[in-house]
Amino acid sequence: MRVAVLQFPGSNADWDALHAVRDVVGADAWYAFHKNTSLGDADAVVIPGGFSYGDYLRAGAIAGFSPIDNAVREFAGRGGPVLGICNGFQILTEMGLLPGALTRNAHLRFECRDIYLRVENEGPFTDMGKGKVLRLPIAHADGRYHTTDEGLADLEREGQIAFRYCTHGGAEPNGSDANPNGSVGDIAGLYNREKNVLGMMPHPERASEAILGNDDGLTLFKSLRRHLGFA
Amino acid sequence: MSRPANFPGEPDSSPEIAREFGLAEEEWDRVLTTLSRLPSYAELGVISVMWSEHCSYKSSRVHLARLPTTGPQVVQGPGENAGAVDIGDGFCAVFKMESHNHPSYIEPYQGAATGVGGILRDVFTMGARPVASLNSLRFGRPDHPKTPQLVKGVVAGIGGYGNCIGVPTVGGEVQFDPSYDGNILVNAFTVGIAKTEDLFFGVAEGIGNPIIYVGAKTGRDGIHGATMASAEFGEETESKLPTVQVGDPFMEKLLLEACLEIFATDCLSGVQDMGAAGLTSSSVEMADRAGNGIELDLDAIPRRTKALSPYEMLLSESQERMLMVAKAGREREVFDICAKWDLDASIVGRVTDTGRFVCKATPGYDPFDGTGKPDPIVVVDLPVDLLTNAAPKYDRPQQGRDEGATLFAMTGDAPEDLGAELVRLIGSPNIGSRSWIWRQYDHIVGNGTVIRPGDGDAAVIRAFCEDATGTREKFLAVSVDCNGRHVELDPYGGAAMAVAECTRNIVCVGAKPLGLTDCLNFGNPEVPEQMWRFSQAIDGLAAACSALGAPVVSGNVSLYNETDRKAILPTPTVAVVGQLEDPDHRLGLGFLSEGDVIAHLGRPSRGVLGGSEWLVQHSGSVSGAPVGIDLAAEAELQHAMLNLVRRKLLRSAHDISDGGFAVALAEACIAHGRGAQVSLPSSEDAPAHALLFSEEPTRILVSVSPSKVGEVGDICERYGVPFEKIGTVAGQTVAIEGVCKVPVEELAESHASALDAIVS
Repeated sequence: MRVAVLQFPGSNADWDALHAVRDVVGADAWYAFHKNTSLGDADAVVIPGGFSYGDYLRAGAIAGFSPIDNAVREFAGRGGPVLGICNGFQILTEMGLLPGALTRNAHLRFECRDIYLRVENEGPFTDMGKGKVLRLPIAHADGRYHTTDEGLADLEREGQIAFRYCTHGGAEPNGSDANPNGSVGDIAGLYNREKNVLGMMPHPERASEAILGNDDGLTLFKSLRRHLGFA
Repeated sequence: MSRPANFPGEPDSSPEIAREFGLAEEEWDRVLTTLSRLPSYAELGVISVMWSEHCSYKSSRVHLARLPTTGPQVVQGPGENAGAVDIGDGFCAVFKMESHNHPSYIEPYQGAATGVGGILRDVFTMGARPVASLNSLRFGRPDHPKTPQLVKGVVAGIGGYGNCIGVPTVGGEVQFDPSYDGNILVNAFTVGIAKTEDLFFGVAEGIGNPIIYVGAKTGRDGIHGATMASAEFGEETESKLPTVQVGDPFMEKLLLEACLEIFATDCLSGVQDMGAAGLTSSSVEMADRAGNGIELDLDAIPRRTKALSPYEMLLSESQERMLMVAKAGREREVFDICAKWDLDASIVGRVTDTGRFVCKATPGYDPFDGTGKPDPIVVVDLPVDLLTNAAPKYDRPQQGRDEGATLFAMTGDAPEDLGAELVRLIGSPNIGSRSWIWRQYDHIVGNGTVIRPGDGDAAVIRAFCEDATGTREKFLAVSVDCNGRHVELDPYGGAAMAVAECTRNIVCVGAKPLGLTDCLNFGNPEVPEQMWRFSQAIDGLAAACSALGAPVVSGNVSLYNETDRKAILPTPTVAVVGQLEDPDHRLGLGFLSEGDVIAHLGRPSRGVLGGSEWLVQHSGSVSGAPVGIDLAAEAELQHAMLNLVRRKLLRSAHDISDGGFAVALAEACIAHGRGAQVSLPSSEDAPAHALLFSEEPTRILVSVSPSKVGEVGDICERYGVPFEKIGTVAGQTVAIEGVCKVPVEELAESHASALDAIVS
């Protein structure tokens, strides 16, 4: 498996993603710098967390117009799997590859802690089965997913909702802080309609090793590997 | 030699201006005597800022010399941008702590944010990639009207900066006390990793080498900030807003990546960040370390505002700026890498052999809007030595306290319901959970946080150490500690306790202490009683650092922490870096398994409540007899602990400190929702509440699998460390025989809501 990890000047979880994909999962992986126009010969692309270009304007807004973008659009357009984590999710919505927007957390603070999420639909990154509950960390200030009622109905109808926040036991948050940011529909992660592009606020790449106390995130990368036909 | 000129509009130097700039009368006289002429306005600015307490350490230098700074593991001791200790295989841990107290009180978000930015630069300037940050915070009493706003602002500022640049903030400490009502403390610590042979230093070497300015443009922010940090606060404090800098963590991220890339090309001979006293101190200190001079062309300084005067450019504390000394002929490499990261870079001067700090600028020329043509005149021409080694140095008078003034035994009235007392205490702002704070810090970025905030006595970090042979993982433990109340009651003993608690925290997570950095926050050194506290505390730190194997490799002094003549508690904050031989040695603080034996290691309690949180809450003041510390016993305890962790004999370890035995026990239960059935450890005769809440040092609570208890006892005996089984991990209550029985859940709820009254 060959994976390009995008590197914007303000990416800061670029190492996290590279380490998880290359050193833990065993893929060939490299950074694709934002000023490049090619991703290299990649089977998959990860857009990592961070603050792309400082994000003083709006998270990911400028990254939606960077030189590497065309290569990503083209790759995604060919059906190549793209995973946007945290800032990567924000960038994917700014690029228009995923619908909706990510806004300031409902409580207005940055929040870093473990949360639970439930697999809602299967796809290249989520072959672990509908209903499976994962524990993953979040670390963001702008993770409140928003879309219109119509948009939400579309997502549900098309089976695009990859993950919803849930309680430890897999139950709906019901307004509790199991939904850490106030996302509409408790949405934690989202596929595009073609299901090759996934954006998610929680960090699977920071929970892929026993020494970090959690390897639930590894299931996404293993799913990807299987999807691409690698054993 | 002709006298350097004033810029148009600048007044001639005078005793009045000197006083306004913070120079004492005798210091002004000394300027005149040394120069045999009147300094230019810009020169007076340069001298006053370099002679400020913040830059010159003039009141503290004679005392700091008593600190132990050497050891086989020390790679770089005090005097550089940061200290460094060896962590094996050619790598070192580079670390330092600095205060940003005054700016954070005036503008909490930016003050705290730029404090983090400054300490990060100190570390990556050495060529190290930062891997973790800590912070130590002090606020006024919880119900002070300003406290909520200050807490929220400072925490958001630390998070705002660290989260963006992507260095995990993995721990810290916070205390509330009325002495900080008008003068909060924000001490920031960062540790980074470097290849020892590739460490970079702040030296202006190589005559003729170009000086390159990299990073943010210069503005008027923070002018004379170092002087502000060297004065007391009074009623006009809030009008000092223009002296606070504004941070841009994205710019710092670019600077970090560009610097590490530039360093790797070996095209530099020296580098220093522009921190306190900006361009002035960075160039003067680099010239001083190399024994050279520096000449700056101020017309070339990148700027973001019109009509900057030499005085303003030299004293601006605009953030995210670096000064590099390139090897002549290799400037291009620096510029290319800066362009890759979209950073401004310009040549602004050169290294000279004159031993003088010379600055030139053109009156009427403004590159910002293209006004005029460059035709520079000399505006500063001072011997470097005058600004560094020959700066004033004082051994200020000290006045000790009357023995016995506060040294009476005091135990308070015994509460009737000790269980209810414990529930209340563990939910108080100084004892309860800090999760509201650390959840606002990205404490996991970098995939290295092995023990997270709240899970152990110290944080444990996995550092990826990369060289030509590949990547090695090394495991570091970091902790920051101080309890100013114990220092107030006994400056010597309290300071020693801070070191002991910090190193004890390090051994409790399974690591060996390697080195220490300090941030010495005290009141006005011109007040003999304050100077005495400072001097005593230095001796206490020195004794403890020697006894516990933690040499001081870097540090910072922050004096004049007073408002309206009221000094803060003396707060010599210390941070220690340790290393785990094996990540499997790591220990959390919480009880893991039902049936495990709970044991008490260390000195039996005497029930002394002096300085404890419980007594402060009940007496309304920092009072009682000091608890004291036996450093030999502490060293034995820590050695025994290290032996135990290396043999993997323990399941958890938690030191007994703030809140005492009962709080430590409750915390170990709350961590994983497990109960404990214990009896009070053996002690001298004292009331139960004193044994529960005394903060006497040199004690650790451990849990051990029943099959290992004998071996643990044997090892403790070999070290002469008292070992006592006191009970087992069991049930859902914290049950202390004959004292109290409280559901863990009730304690957990109280613990979790400790900061609610302040922050919600």
